[in-house]
Amino acid sequence: MHAEGADPIRLVLNGERVDIAHLSPQTTLLAWLREQRGLTGTKEGCAEGDCGACTVVVAQSRGDGTLAWSPVNACIRLLPSLDGKAVFTVESLRAPGGELHPVQQALVECHGSQCGFCTPGFAMSLFGLFKNAHAPSREQVDDALSGNLCRCTGYRPILEAAERMGEYDAEACGATGWRSPGVAADGSRIVSREEQQLAAALDALAHDATFDYRGEGQRWLAPVEADGLAEACAQHPQACLVAGATDVGLWITKQHRDLGTIISTAEVRDLATIRRGDDAFEIGAAATLADAFAALDDDYPELHEAWVRFASLPIRNAGTLGGNVANGSPIGDSMPALIALGASVVLRCGESTRTLPLEDFYLAYRKTARAPGEFVASIRVPRRPGGLVLRAYKLSKRYDQDISAAFATFALAMDAGRIASARIGCGGVAPTPARAVSTERALAGKPWSEATAAQAAEVLEAEFTPIDDMRASAAYRRRALGNLLRRLWLETGAGTDAPTRVEQLLAAG
Amino acid sequence: MNDPRLPLPDLGLAPGASVVGVPMPHDSAALHASGEAAYTDDLPEPRGTLYAAVGVSPVAHGRLRSIDLRAVRAMQGVVDVILAADIPGVNDVGPVLHDDPILADGVVHFAGQPVFAVAAESVEAARRAALAATFDIEPLPPILTVEEAMAAQSFVLPPVHVRRGDAAAAFSRAPHRLAGTIASGGQDHFYVEGQVALAIPGEGGGMHVHCSTQHPGEVQLTVAHALGLESHDVVVECRRMGGGFGGKESQMSLFACIAALFARRTGRAVKLRLDRDDDMRSTGKRHAFAHGYDVGYDDEGRLLALDLTLASRCGFSADLSGPVNDRAVFHADNAYWLPDVAIHSYRCRTNTVSDTAFRGFGGPQGMFAIEAVIDEVARALGRDPLDVRKANLYGVADRNVTPYGMTVEDNIAPALIDRLEVTSRYRERRAEIAAWNRASPVLRRGLALTPVKFGISFTATHFNQAGALVHVYRDGTVLLNHGGTEMGQGLFTKVRQVVAQELGIAPDRVRVTATDTSKVPNASATAASSGSDLNGMAARDAARKLRERLAAHAARKAGCDPAAVSFAGGRVESGAASMSFAELARSAYLARVPLSATGFYATPKIHYDAKTLTGRPFFYFAYGAACVEAAIDTLTGEHRLLAVDILHDVGASLNPAIDRGQIEGGFLQGWGWLAMEELVWNGKGELRTHAPSTYKIPTSRDWPARVRIDFWPGENREETIHRSKAVGEPPLMLALAGFHALRDAVSSLSDYRFAAKLDAPATDERILRAVEDMRRRARDAA
Repeated sequence: MHAEGADPIRLVLNGERVDIAHLSPQTTLLAWLREQRGLTGTKEGCAEGDCGACTVVVAQSRGDGTLAWSPVNACIRLLPSLDGKAVFTVESLRAPGGELHPVQQALVECHGSQCGFCTPGFAMSLFGLFKNAHAPSREQVDDALSGNLCRCTGYRPILEAAERMGEYDAEACGATGWRSPGVAADGSRIVSREEQQLAAALDALAHDATFDYRGEGQRWLAPVEADGLAEACAQHPQACLVAGATDVGLWITKQHRDLGTIISTAEVRDLATIRRGDDAFEIGAAATLADAFAALDDDYPELHEAWVRFASLPIRNAGTLGGNVANGSPIGDSMPALIALGASVVLRCGESTRTLPLEDFYLAYRKTARAPGEFVASIRVPRRPGGLVLRAYKLSKRYDQDISAAFATFALAMDAGRIASARIGCGGVAPTPARAVSTERALAGKPWSEATAAQAAEVLEAEFTPIDDMRASAAYRRRALGNLLRRLWLETGAGTDAPTRVEQLLAAG
Repeated sequence: MNDPRLPLPDLGLAPGASVVGVPMPHDSAALHASGEAAYTDDLPEPRGTLYAAVGVSPVAHGRLRSIDLRAVRAMQGVVDVILAADIPGVNDVGPVLHDDPILADGVVHFAGQPVFAVAAESVEAARRAALAATFDIEPLPPILTVEEAMAAQSFVLPPVHVRRGDAAAAFSRAPHRLAGTIASGGQDHFYVEGQVALAIPGEGGGMHVHCSTQHPGEVQLTVAHALGLESHDVVVECRRMGGGFGGKESQMSLFACIAALFARRTGRAVKLRLDRDDDMRSTGKRHAFAHGYDVGYDDEGRLLALDLTLASRCGFSADLSGPVNDRAVFHADNAYWLPDVAIHSYRCRTNTVSDTAFRGFGGPQGMFAIEAVIDEVARALGRDPLDVRKANLYGVADRNVTPYGMTVEDNIAPALIDRLEVTSRYRERRAEIAAWNRASPVLRRGLALTPVKFGISFTATHFNQAGALVHVYRDGTVLLNHGGTEMGQGLFTKVRQVVAQELGIAPDRVRVTATDTSKVPNASATAASSGSDLNGMAARDAARKLRERLAAHAARKAGCDPAAVSFAGGRVESGAASMSFAELARSAYLARVPLSATGFYATPKIHYDAKTLTGRPFFYFAYGAACVEAAIDTLTGEHRLLAVDILHDVGASLNPAIDRGQIEGGFLQGWGWLAMEELVWNGKGELRTHAPSTYKIPTSRDWPARVRIDFWPGENREETIHRSKAVGEPPLMLALAGFHALRDAVSSLSDYRFAAKLDAPATDERILRAVEDMRRRARDAA
């Protein structure tokens, strides 16, 4: 039964319009595909967005007749968040004539599958790459595959398939229409007529007022403008606020929680924007991590590597910077960097807004200054000041898709060889993301020298009292944190060109 | 692959050319890539299927006083709940000893041990309900580590000692002596498809179980026992697994039994699919080992006397720990002659999940110990570890008997290492890296070349048998079934090639069907790298019988000698007559020639005494060697693989593409074990790394850009299937070269005077600790 006034979810699945009513709004896309649609090509490997066996590709209208193609993890993607979007699963890749898509043909011919269970997920990540890059580099391929685990092959044949998938005659494989390559050799975007039609069809599904979905006694509200979000939050102050659900998804799949009323921030158009002001970037809470990081790269290229190592591409496509900040995990990777840059968070409640320095937003473990009914509207990141020395360092067991054992961002404001002031943001070493204020003081006003670095490193080693856990011991976290400051000196002050990072040796290979 | 829309890539095969030795794609490659390959959870569910979940012990050790299941039963959608007392047959799935309850009875032995199970109308309902029980458990002191177990003399099986010669006397003669300890961690299989079983009740008390298992025959047996049935009442079927690696050799039994128990009780189909976290908490892993060594050696580093202790954490029950630890003992020599040696193997009982088979099956841990010993000796003598390795290799004509009394008849290790030393430019790179390290303030590079010699055969002699069933239909198509299981290793592809070769037809004329206990009885686990050796031979035996019958029929028709009938390229030539294989099949059918045959194979030559661990446990050895370069960051302990050169012995390859895949995948999985993947338990015995968010297996970026893989150009001297060699497990141990490259990089900080104190896995943290220890020792020595 349709509740009064409630909307169905309207999406396009593998090219076919589908309406969904009655299902709980906390139904995951994966459960729906496998259990309701019988599309079993999409697999569950972990149900937490960490293995990629469930990867599907979501296409969204950019509003200009083109589509944005994003691989995402179906296992933690909530079904109502697909309203107005197109979902493509592995079953859709083969041409109507039965030919394998170039990404599939390349996987077959390069021996890219052994047990085959992860293969559909790899095929979809490769398809996302096929739509977004021409002749991708190894770096781009690794990035595209950062969320896909394969336990059999050692990855070499899959890397080879990624290299070869662009070499097939797409037309001969039946890879036309939306299946065609997305980028031409000259870097221009290829938009088929079929894609234009799909974009128009999706535009026609867009809501001009809050999307209100109900199922199994639960409600999903997706406002489309900030005022609507403010209203929804005021009416439902205890509601679960969700953006990309890359963490909330696990509350459902792992903790089996009933989330009650859910308010999605993801569709709020005036919060999806990133404004480059003269003084600051104003990053709306609904902007994805991928978009936010791309913007920050303009001013802060030193942070790029940290962003590449932030979760995986599918997670960065789904998650938002606002969500990462609002969630307030002590091991989230955006906050230490944003704190070092002097970012602030803009909170809104009803008509009123307030702005807090980001470090003041975090009160205690998983506790923020956000009041009931209040929501994160945007993140304000200052534009790059002159004389900035900046580095962000992440330590984790694995380069890709791992949670930091420790994370440090150092921002030194230099003035004629002296450190005028310093801001240091740290993660993984305290119950909240934190500033290393003692270390900042130890650096401020000093010449940037080996002695200063050594002395400050000792302060930094003693600054926090981290815990022992499965990622690292407290002793390692302290020691390594100090050593990261020593590394900072070697990279920015010592005047040596000796490599300081193992990754540099890979590039040299 | 019989779908004409999914053609095989054009391999450029001439008509009639051999199909064995050709790099054919996996028989399901197109189905994998298109998402059409069906795994157990993808099969259509019978109407009314229920879903099961398991409720587990929250503590590592305790007496189960009572359990309150009222909240579980009251949950919406719950249909049935069972405890140990509800099992009508035997509450045990132990593959060797009977110490592995399906559901804990009286005492809980590890945190995560199944205690009860729920069946409900949905997966979500079952999983929620499984969390709703209230336990009343009287805590008992847990034993969690090897050290605690050794102190308490807590063992799942009695210790085993293998001695050869007189180590004590040899120590007194040896010019040098050193002693030390080293440890290697466990490893989760992380098959991407978790444990899953679908039990469908049948008529007359029968039960049909679809599940993801390397050993359908064992599941058949345990399900029958649990339900109080006979073997012929239970059918177990598996078309493919989404990865196994040993983790589905014995571990599936428990979950299949629970699904079958509910199916029997409710009369409905029941599926049990473990969530990843539950899978990692409740299923066994690779054994962690603590090694102790005392070694006497000469000036060249030749090992004269060795006293080696291998103590493993087995968990709470025996499972496969006996044969795993036996194999560790059998590989503690790796490729080295140990004249006077004593090896002590302790199988420690701990209150942790019962550890199990994992690719290599103890072999990696045995080799890990001896390679560390060699590294220590080399550093103590100031020699290149490769020189010490070469000085200790088994001889070809003498110095060639293993500690367990088997003569190494096929020793190609010296020649193989010599070749790799040249092709990898080991000596030039060693000098270049040493010079580079001296000038590098933060980063250090390391290089190592280590061999692998791995024994092929199940150590339990009776497992070395296999059966196959081949049908020829009157249209000339062939259906193949054998007792082996497909987990991605390409077994079905290889055996299909063997049968196609035997009948002279194209591989796509042969369809391989799901492994099924009702087609081939009493099949061994697909394990011990033996899949193609055993099933390839059994299938060839069946195909040969059919070819002989068809040849006899063709010869009768043509009036020629059956020996003159040839099968190639889908054609059959008999004297002047020539017909297609399909025409011959039809003609044979009309002439009432039987067109179905079973095949059988038992590995020859092997025997051994399980009490003394002496004899010839292995039909042959597979060899290989790797030269690996790695780098470390001395500020953080971060590390990466830089370059890999591998020379591996697959005999005459049945399928070079599949064999290469096994080498690459095995190597990176071994690197994960040794350098990345860390299992962490807290002080209460709770596993803290039970999902991919906390347990990190390699990703694509961990595959280095500079890799060269070559096959050793030689065939198996034993009569194996087309003179090939087994390839599933041996390459995993090639990663030891990577671990020793890391140790070499650390050792550079003392100008190679000291061996690194570095256990596995070599996480960033362990490397940083080893770096700081090495710097301290170098300072103290200066």
